[in-house]
Amino acid sequence: MNYILKMSFRNLARNKRRSFFSALAIAIGTALLLFMSATIRGEMRGSLELTINLRTGHLQIHTEDYKDENLSLKRVDMIEAPLEISSQIENITQVKAASPRLNASGIVAFKNETIGIQIIGIDPPSSANAIYREGLVDGEYLAADDREGVLIGLPLAESLNMKPGDSIDLIINTSEGETDEQRFTVRGIYTTDTPGYDKSTIFMPLAKAQTITRTENFASMIYILLHEMDDTAAVKEAIQAPGYIIEDWEEMNKLIIIVEQLSNAMMFFFNLMVLGVTSTVIMNTLLMAVYERTREMGILGALGMKARQVKALFLTEATLLALGGVMLGLLIGVPLVLHYANVGFFIGDMGLSAKSDFMFGNIIYPYPTFGDGISVSIAAFLITILSGYYPASQAAKMEPVDALQSNN
Amino acid sequence: MEIAKLTNITRVYTVGEVETHALRGVDLNIGKKEFTTLVGPSGSGKTTLLQLLGCLDQPTAGKVLINGQDATLMNRNQRADLRKGTIGFIFQFYALVPTLTAYENVELPMLLMGKKNHKSRVMELLDAVGISDRADHRPDQMSGGQQQRVAVARALASDPLLILADEPTANLDTENGEQVMDIMRKLNEETGTTFVFATHDPRVIKYAKRIVTLEDGKIIKDEAK
Ligand SMILES: Nc1ncnc2c1ncn2[C@@H]1O[C@H](COP(=O)(O)OP(=O)(O)OP(=O)(O)O)[C@@H](O)[C@H]1O
Ligand SMILES: [Mg+2]
Repeated sequence: MNYILKMSFRNLARNKRRSFFSALAIAIGTALLLFMSATIRGEMRGSLELTINLRTGHLQIHTEDYKDENLSLKRVDMIEAPLEISSQIENITQVKAASPRLNASGIVAFKNETIGIQIIGIDPPSSANAIYREGLVDGEYLAADDREGVLIGLPLAESLNMKPGDSIDLIINTSEGETDEQRFTVRGIYTTDTPGYDKSTIFMPLAKAQTITRTENFASMIYILLHEMDDTAAVKEAIQAPGYIIEDWEEMNKLIIIVEQLSNAMMFFFNLMVLGVTSTVIMNTLLMAVYERTREMGILGALGMKARQVKALFLTEATLLALGGVMLGLLIGVPLVLHYANVGFFIGDMGLSAKSDFMFGNIIYPYPTFGDGISVSIAAFLITILSGYYPASQAAKMEPVDALQSNN
Repeated sequence: MEIAKLTNITRVYTVGEVETHALRGVDLNIGKKEFTTLVGPSGSGKTTLLQLLGCLDQPTAGKVLINGQDATLMNRNQRADLRKGTIGFIFQFYALVPTLTAYENVELPMLLMGKKNHKSRVMELLDAVGISDRADHRPDQMSGGQQQRVAVARALASDPLLILADEPTANLDTENGEQVMDIMRKLNEETGTTFVFATHDPRVIKYAKRIVTLEDGKIIKDEAK
């Protein structure tokens, strides 16, 4: 074994407790960064996935003038004979589901309360709506020919204290710019674990929604889900829908993508902060080691060891600490992240509504990637060695005569 | 040719405003096979002189020739190289590297010189100082006398021309002190390595072949025995 490596190793072993705690500091920093990077990535992915599932789909067909925000019900802004178009699109193999949706705004009146909500007319059997069917917590799902039933979200049901079978009055805007009021029955209560969305979205069968809004045979858009996100561009090419616009998830989720880039930049500064703390601990440990061993440095100098070799001795100690620390950090961090990636952790209602561009579920699932793990490990490793640089230079700077006169 | 030749050396230490003239115009030649002690009262400049002989320090004025090379013209790295092959040190405190075993301490100067296949030589040296049975012991597992003997073996490891020892027996009892001196004297006879000591210890002086007396930074007496 190389004598510098041997001496570094023995020096760390000489002060086991201190070496252990320094390595632990690196380990905690590494584990924290692993966790944070996976969490932010998970949150962004989760948000994108949710928004795609609940609102935009992978692809969407609508008219040029249709805007999601104003829920226009003018016929010129809508798609005619939507079921014919959607069943054609479902013939494309990469498409999982294509289904028309009619978006309208309305008000719930229940006892003395009124709450603004969004009404979505869906084609109940379509697998595009599986997320709502599977999210049913009480009552029944909608049948296509149901003329009175609606699905309401769990938070709305809780706040109005409603259960399946209860009656509910809906005031709905129509195509003619008027309102229509009708009594419906709560068929079922669903949750998508996205409180902001669930509390303000009510579903009814497309046919009924068309009748009540006076838009028979029209829909606001056709919502398309794919088996593989990567097929988006190819499917977009393949769809025939003359006179209409096809938008993909990237175009419809620009904000999320910008925020993701922004959070990557924030993560960079967070990394710097955590690594800065770790680096202080390491620098402190190594400086102590240098001052404790001043006399030893003098002896080594007298024996003919050069400044460069003394520096190498301390940098090797820093490297060994870095190796041990990062490995320990992975040992702690990887199982932790994998565990939470599986079970997720609860963050509650982020207070964003169904219409907002951004949707957060109430559970974050960290999403660890190999690349994040590698870059966090390398950053922690390099910062530790860099922190050893100043103490090592201090050690190398000492003149042997002065060092020999020291009491340490 | 001398192993070391000091010409008109002065060494002034400046601490703040205070100047201490540790050496004031010293001339000293050290030849092959010498076994010389530097004596003199405390503060007379013995340690300072040894440090200059060992190229650990630079004089304020004067010339230090080691084996014909002028150390005063060298930078730190060059002096480290010069020390490595020519000079061995023994200190008052048994300056061994605490994390290394006796064997590894003796081996270290050889490793620094890039020597290979040194195992038998290390054992030979440990044998010569009577410590081969402690080869795998760390300094804190050895007595002061044993540690100082390892230090002697280490000083010899680079096959130096000159070994410098600053009060090597000051921390040893009579028996151990004499044992260490016996060993050094024997090595001096057998290998011809030159030894220079600084000491107050009459037991060391007893062994000397030449006694150089310092007082107030000057050599006042230089006698051969
Ligand atoms: N690093 C230093 N800085 C300032 N003054 C010093 C330094 N080293 C030595 N001196 C002074 O130089 C003078 C000579 O010191 P030196 O250590 O050479 O004496 P010495 O003969 O070895 O004494 P002793 O027998 O006590 O070891 C003393 O007055 C001492 O105080
Ligand atoms: Mg002295």
